[in-house]
Parts: sequence; C-alpha cells; structure tokens
Amino acid sequence: MPSTHASAARGNKMTDPVSSASAPTPVVTITDLQISLPEGADRPYAVDGISFHLNAGEILCIVGESGSGKSMSANAMMGLLPDLVSPTGGSILFDGIDLLTLSETQLLDLRGKRVAMIFQEPMSALNPLMRIDDQIAEVYEAHGLLTPSERKKRAIELLTEVGIPEPEKAARAYPFQLSGGQRQRVVIAMALALEPDVLIADEPTTALDVTTQAQILHLIADLQKRHGMAVMFITHDFGVVAEIADRVAVMQFGKIVEEGTAKEVLDHPTHDYTRKLIAAIPTLHTGDASAPIETAPALEVIGLTKSYRSGGGFFGGPERIVHAVKDISFKLGTGETLGVVGESGSGKSSVGRCLVRLQNPDAGSVLLDGEDMAHLSGEKLRTARKSIQMIFQDPFASLNPRSKVGRIIAEGPIAHGTPSKQAYARAAELLELVGLDPSAIDRYPHEFSGGQRQRIGIARALALEPKIIIADEAVSALDVSIQAQVLDLLDDLKKKLNLSLVFITHDLRVAAQICDRIAVMQRGELVELGTADEIFNAPKQDYTRSLIEAIPGRQRELEAAS
Amino acid sequence: MKDFWQRFRRNRGAVIGLVLLLAVILIALFAPLLFPQSPWKMVQRPFLPPFDMGQYPLGTDALGRNVIAGLAYGAQVSLLIGLVSTVVSLAIGIPLGAFAGYFGGWIDDSLMRFTEFFQTVPSFALAIVLVAIFEPSVMSIIAAIAIVSWPPVARLVRGEVLSLRSREYVEAAVLSGQKTSTIIWRQILPNTLSPIIVLASLMVATAILLESSLSFLGLGDPNMMSWGYMIGAARTVIRQAWWLSFLPGLAIVLTVLSLNLIGEGLNDALNPRLSRKGK
Repeated sequence: MPSTHASAARGNKMTDPVSSASAPTPVVTITDLQISLPEGADRPYAVDGISFHLNAGEILCIVGESGSGKSMSANAMMGLLPDLVSPTGGSILFDGIDLLTLSETQLLDLRGKRVAMIFQEPMSALNPLMRIDDQIAEVYEAHGLLTPSERKKRAIELLTEVGIPEPEKAARAYPFQLSGGQRQRVVIAMALALEPDVLIADEPTTALDVTTQAQILHLIADLQKRHGMAVMFITHDFGVVAEIADRVAVMQFGKIVEEGTAKEVLDHPTHDYTRKLIAAIPTLHTGDASAPIETAPALEVIGLTKSYRSGGGFFGGPERIVHAVKDISFKLGTGETLGVVGESGSGKSSVGRCLVRLQNPDAGSVLLDGEDMAHLSGEKLRTARKSIQMIFQDPFASLNPRSKVGRIIAEGPIAHGTPSKQAYARAAELLELVGLDPSAIDRYPHEFSGGQRQRIGIARALALEPKIIIADEAVSALDVSIQAQVLDLLDDLKKKLNLSLVFITHDLRVAAQICDRIAVMQRGELVELGTADEIFNAPKQDYTRSLIEAIPGRQRELEAAS
Repeated sequence: MKDFWQRFRRNRGAVIGLVLLLAVILIALFAPLLFPQSPWKMVQRPFLPPFDMGQYPLGTDALGRNVIAGLAYGAQVSLLIGLVSTVVSLAIGIPLGAFAGYFGGWIDDSLMRFTEFFQTVPSFALAIVLVAIFEPSVMSIIAAIAIVSWPPVARLVRGEVLSLRSREYVEAAVLSGQKTSTIIWRQILPNTLSPIIVLASLMVATAILLESSLSFLGLGDPNMMSWGYMIGAARTVIRQAWWLSFLPGLAIVLTVLSLNLIGEGLNDALNPRLSRKGK
C-alpha cells in the first residue's frame, strides 16, 4: 500500500485501526451537537443535541427521511454548512480537536487529508472540463504533496484500486465519457487519495441504478476494510443499511431516536419511528398475483418504436441515434397493474410518454378503445387523452407553483367543457378521495409536503375520469413511509374506480408490492414479461436475475424468511 | 407578499431607491400645483444663480425660465415616457418571445432572426432615425424607444419559456386537454413574471436615458420641458452657468439610479436563490 506520504503527513497521532479492532476506539465523537436553522424554518434546529461516536474501522449508517438533519451533521464535520445555518452548541471531537472551533485554513488542511467526503451526484462532484487524472492530481496539489509525475502515477493506481476498467484510458477521459457508476468510483478514488481516517458518504448510491449501487456498496465496504477507515454512511434506504452497516443511528426531526448495531436495529427496533420506517419498506413478497390477466385488454401496444436523433447539424458530424424503445408490444388488462421496470436509459419512461403522446412514437400502434392513439392528432387526440392520464415523478415540478390547487385539478375538466362551478365541486370531492382536506382547494402547492403534492397530482389525473393511468416513477421522490401511503392509495383507487395502471419504476421493491405483471426493459428492449411472482421467484432471463440479486437488503430478507 | 417585502427591505439600496423614486413621482404629480406657471415662461432675469432669490431657489436659465419648475415638469415627461415605452416594448417582446420559445422549430428561428435584425442596429442610432422620420412628439418618442428596446424582452421570455415548457406541470396541462393558448397564458407566463419585472424596472431607467439623449439632440417633444432638453439648451453656456446642465443631469442620475437600485432589490426579492448577497 503506497501510503508513505500520507502516513507521514498524519504523524503518529492515530492508533493503528486494525490492532484496535477488538476494543473500538472512537475516531470522531460528537457531543450535544446543535445546529440552528434560520428564522422561519419549520423547526428551530436542524440538528438538536445529537451525540454519537464513529469508531475506527467501522461503517456507521445514519438513516433518516428527508429533512431529518442527517446531511447537516455530516456537513458540520466538514465545515460545509450553508451560510444561514450555523452550529450553536456541542462539539465534534476529532483527534482531540474540536472541529467546530477550527478556522477555515485549519479546516482546509483537514479536509481531504484526514476526513474525506463522497457526494450523492457524481456528475456535479466532478469538474466537467478536467480530465480524470488531473482532478485526482489536484487533490495532492491542494495539499502540496508529491511531484506532478508521481501524482499521475498515483491517480492510475487509485483508479485501478476502485475497479475502473482500463484505468490508463479512464485517467485521460472527461467525466461525461464515463458512466454514472464509474464517475462515482472516480469520486471515491479522489476521496481515498490521501488515505483519510474518516470517510463521509452522503447518499453515494442514491443516484445510481440498482446493479451499480450493489457494486459501489461492495466497493465501499471492501475499501473500508482494506484501509481500516471509519465510514459515516448517510442514507435514507434501509435496504442499503442492511447491506453495509456495522452500526446504525436513526434520525428524526434533528434527533437521534435510536442507535445500535445493525442487527439490533434492523431485527429488534425499539423506537416507534424506526419500527414504522422498517415496516414501510416494501417487501419483496409479491402479492397474490393470481388476477386473471387476459380480461378484455384496456390498452394494446403493438410494435412501439422510438428513437432520438442528435448531432449531425449544418456542419455534419455523424448523427447520433439512440434507440430508446425498440419494437415493444404488450397488453394491459382492465383493472390490471403492469409494472415497467428497468435501469436508467432502458427506455421505460419513453414508453410511458409515447403511450400518452407526450412524445410521438416512430412506429407502432397504441390501441385504446379501438382507436390508435399513436396516430391521432388535434381534437381527436385531445378527446382520446381523457381516458389515459399520467402521474408524474417530481411532486415539486409537476404542480404549477402559481396556481391554486383547486384550479390545478379543475383545469382539465373545464378545458373539456365542464362548467367551472361543477369542476371545482368535483375537485373538492377528488381531494377528499385522495385523502386531503377539501379546503386545500384554495391553497397553493408550496403549502403542501411532497406526499401531499403527489396526492394532488393523483387527484388531477383522476379529474378527467380516465380508464388508464400511467405512473412514471410516481413514488421515487418520496420518503419511504410516505411512499407506502401513496402506494396504498393508488392500489385502493385502482380497485374502487376499476382503473388500469402502468407503473413505471426503477425500484423493484415497489414493483413487487403493487404490480400484477412486470415488464423488464433493458436498452429499449422488452427483456421479460411475466407475473410479478414469476419475475421475482423464477426469472427466465439473466438480466432480470441480476437486477433482482442487486436489490439492497435482499439477502437479509431471504435469511429472515428461511 | 409579506415575504416579498421582507426580502426587498433587506436590500438597503433598494429601499433608498424606492424612496427616491417615490419622491420623483410625487414631484411629477404635483408639478402643476407647485408651479402653476408654465415652465417655458420667462419669470426673472436670465442666469439668476441658485439660492439668490427665495422664489426661484434654483435660479433661472439662459432665457430667464424657472429652473426648479423645469425640473418638476421634466420629471413628468421622463416618467411618462419611461413607463409607457416600457409597457409597449413588453407588449411586443413578451408574445414574441413566448411564441418562439413554446413552438420552437422554424417559428422560433424566424422570430429570433427578426429579433436579431433589431439587435444588430445600434439602438440609439435607430431611435434617432425613427424620431426624425416621424416628427418629434411624445408619441413618436415612445414608439421609437419601444421599438429599439423590445428585443431583450423577447430573448428573455423565450429563454424562460423554453425551460418552462418541458416542466411536468406543463405536460400535465397538455394531457388534460388544455388549448395551447391557455397553456402559454395560464401555465407558463405567470412563472416568467419575476425576471420580466426585474428587467422592466431596468428598462424604464434605460428609456429615461434614451429620452434625455434624444431631447439633448433637440429631438424631444417641443411642447414638453424635459431634462434632456434642459441640458441641451444649457450646453452652450456651460462655462458661465454650469449648474444649468448639472441640475437636470443630477435629476437624471438620481432617477435612473433609483430604478436600478429597485431593480436589484426586486431581483433579490423575487429570485431569493440567485441573490448575490447571500445573507
């Protein structure tokens, strides 16, 4: 392990983590940390008197839903809090020094060298205009270590260590030339460059596909063991916790509600909130998917094809064609939920958008009530769309911030000629149907939480009394407990209104919970289509199998079941 | 609204600007009451220096006209022309930009080439030509200023619409069967309002400067006393009576400055995330 420079720089302040594994020594001790929020926030403190310690050579997972203050505590360690937020009490002891008292220059020396961080979105963590090896060399340069040629050599060694194929080639690449998983590996390589004692990973796998996520988790666990680092791993996903954690701290509203070893917390949660969170995780147990599928199809898709063209403008350059959807056919039964799953870039969203004609398919037909949606236009398309509506992914982008909720829901019916008074009355009913107070009609979207907004989006989709609803990643942006509620609501509505649902998702757990049948997509092609039970318990294709095996926490669930 | 005011108030410059602008507006409104006599009328000997006679606190100009009355009536002209020409250029620029941004393709191309045609001609030269062609009058000056200042509006609106039209709520509106005009009008345009307001406040300032420059060159409305005209008229006597050019110049500076300060304050208040001050 070529780490002479780093251990020299570090001196002998640290005890060797490996030898102390039997009696864990805390590397970082946080006591009564309090971080205040600016006035007018929903609570006075982002982090309210939390205490915990991070031992050498262990992975501590900080779990919590959005807004629980988990990222704030990590940012406080690095001195990276936003301007309006400041620590008001407590201490973060690292190596006998309180990090909160350090000046910016002292922190500069510490960051990267002793404490390193991995971020959620690898694309924005890398400089798009710099080659990979230059970015890694920059880490050494910032601390004035090594000569330029040594830096390059180390860069390649690091890239090899984090398992990037063809490290010499990758070193000369720009970030956009690498895949999401490879970029995250580069970010990890940069974090490892100076052999830090502590690695903070803030949702490092959230932006990645499930198979890539499994690889990155494996890599982090492996590197942690090899380097004897302490890892503070922040996540919202209990599946990830089950895969990687030694110890777990659960946060809610800025407080730690439960702390313990991974086994204790996952198997015998003591706090109500932890119990609720764990119960909300969709299990991989598929429902009684015996629903007769071959009822009269509500929708029939035949040979749907869509490709995107880019480049090849005035001055030539080869035109780039991406085949997003390649000759896909399926039937959607009345009252059925069909899941479309796949990794990013598999074309699953394009399928959904072609069905409602937000995008025009290149070829194929979409038969709905005997009419071909794919070839309608103008007034006919407008009428046909009444029976096929969509629920969108982002609860914050899918509602017009300047419209009141009532109008958002009533607009559709009004556009189709319903008198406005009647449409608003119906909007109030719909709000009640999706579990919101009808008084919400006179409020603006920003007054609602993510889950509530998604309910408003559902009410809007229902306003035109559609037969089919396309839900494009409808619960992906929600916290797990909210996610469970919205899924229940969708299932409930589906039965009550006899809807057919096309549920597009990357999350196989969600698909297992709600879908009758599942279509697995890869690179624009339909790889496998079968009942949920078949897909999860007897997958026929290798790709399906690799997707299912990559689901975080699956191993533990299987063990618990047997 | 309350939030808006709070954020606006945090920018001290903006508050000073607002106070200044309110003062100018009040002076403009009450000019006929404060100075019942026409500002063109000779009231005293020429070149009466400021602070000599209490009745004419800022003295008289080369023809013995009351300078302070001229400034008050000039405020009327500046504000009128600044506001109306801005409204007219918004009325041209917003629909053009919205159509170009929403429809894209050849509509976007042709509308943007048309816009560029106006942008490539130096705006002040074009304004002079336009005023010279139509006889100088308030109407022709407003028209000329509006015609040279709408292209930035169209560009701004186009850019905003371009980014908004792919938002999910716009797609939802398409799916719910709303007409294109409704979608542009109710879903997209209200969300472009903040940058337009900021731009508009700065455009009023530019329009005032343009009007002053035109009047300075003698292309102002001959029946209206304006700040630019006052500077132009005093230009020849700047060595004997510098204050005759200086005072209307100061009025222009203060008014334009107040509008710019307000524009920045509006920017902070309407786009809190882009606020340059951070805290």
